Amino acid sequence: MAATEKQPITGAGPFNGILTWVDERFPLMATLKEHLTEYYAPKNFNFWYYFGSLALLAFVLQVATGIFLTMHYKPDANLAFASVEYIMRDVPWGWLIRYMHSTGASLFFVCIYLHMFRAMLYGSYRKPRELLWIFGMFIFLCLMAEAFFGYLLPWGQMSYWGAQVIVNLFAAIPVIGPDLAIWIRGDYVVSDATLNRFFAFHVIAIPFVLAGLVAAHLLALHEVGSNSPDGIEIKKNKDPKTGIPLDGIPFHPYYTVKDIFGAAVFMFVFAVIVFFAPEFGGYFLEYNNFVAADPLRTPQHIAPVWYFTPYYSILRSITINFFWIDAKVWGVIAMGVSATIFFLLPWLDRSPAKSIRYRGPIYKTALAVFVVCFLILGYLGTQSVTEGRTLLAQICTVLYFLFFLLMPWYTTIDTCEPEPERVTK
Amino acid sequence: MSEKPEVNRARRRILIATTCAGGVASVASAVPFVASMLPSERAKAMGAPVEADISYLAPGEMMRVEWRGQPVWIVHRTKEMLDAVKATDDKVADPKSERKPSELTPAYARNEFRSIKPEYLVVVGICSHLGCSPTDRLKAGPEAFDPEWKGGFYCPCHGSLFDLAGRVYKNKPAPDNLAVPPYTFLSDTKLVIGEDKKA
Repeated sequence: MAATEKQPITGAGPFNGILTWVDERFPLMATLKEHLTEYYAPKNFNFWYYFGSLALLAFVLQVATGIFLTMHYKPDANLAFASVEYIMRDVPWGWLIRYMHSTGASLFFVCIYLHMFRAMLYGSYRKPRELLWIFGMFIFLCLMAEAFFGYLLPWGQMSYWGAQVIVNLFAAIPVIGPDLAIWIRGDYVVSDATLNRFFAFHVIAIPFVLAGLVAAHLLALHEVGSNSPDGIEIKKNKDPKTGIPLDGIPFHPYYTVKDIFGAAVFMFVFAVIVFFAPEFGGYFLEYNNFVAADPLRTPQHIAPVWYFTPYYSILRSITINFFWIDAKVWGVIAMGVSATIFFLLPWLDRSPAKSIRYRGPIYKTALAVFVVCFLILGYLGTQSVTEGRTLLAQICTVLYFLFFLLMPWYTTIDTCEPEPERVTK
Repeated sequence: MSEKPEVNRARRRILIATTCAGGVASVASAVPFVASMLPSERAKAMGAPVEADISYLAPGEMMRVEWRGQPVWIVHRTKEMLDAVKATDDKVADPKSERKPSELTPAYARNEFRSIKPEYLVVVGICSHLGCSPTDRLKAGPEAFDPEWKGGFYCPCHGSLFDLAGRVYKNKPAPDNLAVPPYTFLSDTKLVIGEDKKA
């Protein structure tokens, strides 16, 4: 990086002196160049490319609002529920900060899901971006853990029974399960000890790991370069004189400006939800969570928050014992696999074309079926169980897994169009 | 750097030994932190038996008692309810309470009605699937989850069904019957949960 002698900084007017002083002691200009002004991204980024930077924005918002919430929140089973109501009613602007945090959690997942869908549209997980994808998947899993730990904190009915169910998922693991569940809870039931430690995980441990993973994700991205909607590498066609990709444009100012526009639209939507529909019809903040936790009574209707419902549907769709193993264990396995099978995408996908634009009809159909199944499972997860709904969930679960398991086969027989040499529009 | 640099064998051995010793020490130092997450002495001490007065419990009704932070249900079963238990024998997965009897069903409840006295059912109201507390649907009659419902309990979380003896229906996510806690009758109208006769 610092192979050549550093030049004094010019063009910053009265700040030239101080910036030069800093740059002699810190790789300021080199870092800015590598990651912004001389990081070349394909010139044809479209709508789907907003969600990476928006997810980062959501992360920053969650950290910022979270810090202010911890100033008033009490992680104590006797005080937690009341302290959240205190934030809502008595703390100046507390309602705004709390609604920003609860809305931000849901919108974070919206961004992450659309960001992942973008990768599936354009094959962004394919070689050489496998590790980038794996870091991203770890971010996704950490985010789920973060959301789960955070959801216990208001100590409402859904908080309590949601934590009860998820911790008991671990109890289903053969042999070590029951002791593991006790270790996670720190008690024989979800209690004050559980709340206290979930608070620690939610505010310190997981955010710390998340920040590290985000850094690794970005470094990996900037090492291999961004994929394009055509699924082709811009690094293949470089200007012979400058070595700059012919189809690349510097991230700053081109994509910083584009992303600021995206951020403005995002904040507009965010504000509309925060001010006019913070509960979002019970999907962002569930009605039963306005009732304090009661360990003796599960609410009549319980469902996780919307971003967990597809996996939750898969969990409860499995009602048959296979071999000598209980349906319960199979349900937990299926749920775990359904959320982690995305890790394998780079190796399951054998298609000659990366982008949906040049893939054949089989992949297009498979992806469409998968998305529909994901949405149906998500909807069913918010509903109570009936025989018909269980059957529908079972069908969707099978299709969900077939999308992945048959991928090595159907992507090889699919008829793809040839990829272009240069990026299109 | 075409020539291989000389490896000082003695130094390398010391390096490996130090690394191993350091590794063992760091793993060992994790023990107190991991162990600190286990239930505290205070949490372990909370588990005293509780008494329940059932003199006001009318036939066909149920009451809830908290024991070790968990709901314990006491149902006063009528003649029809006991007949319903017989009628569900072929619908439930484990009619004779043979699975994990030492954990789920004390010896004195290993009978047709899973209780000491047939008219009083005492079970821990925690679903054996993932720990929700099922809802009581004691009345027989068609329900959304079962058109031929004979009365029992419905778990709102994952749809498991239990009959009026706390026995789980076949092909439901929950693998086991509801647990019968240790209990004993102090008198005709008073029982104690968390303790049985031998104690």
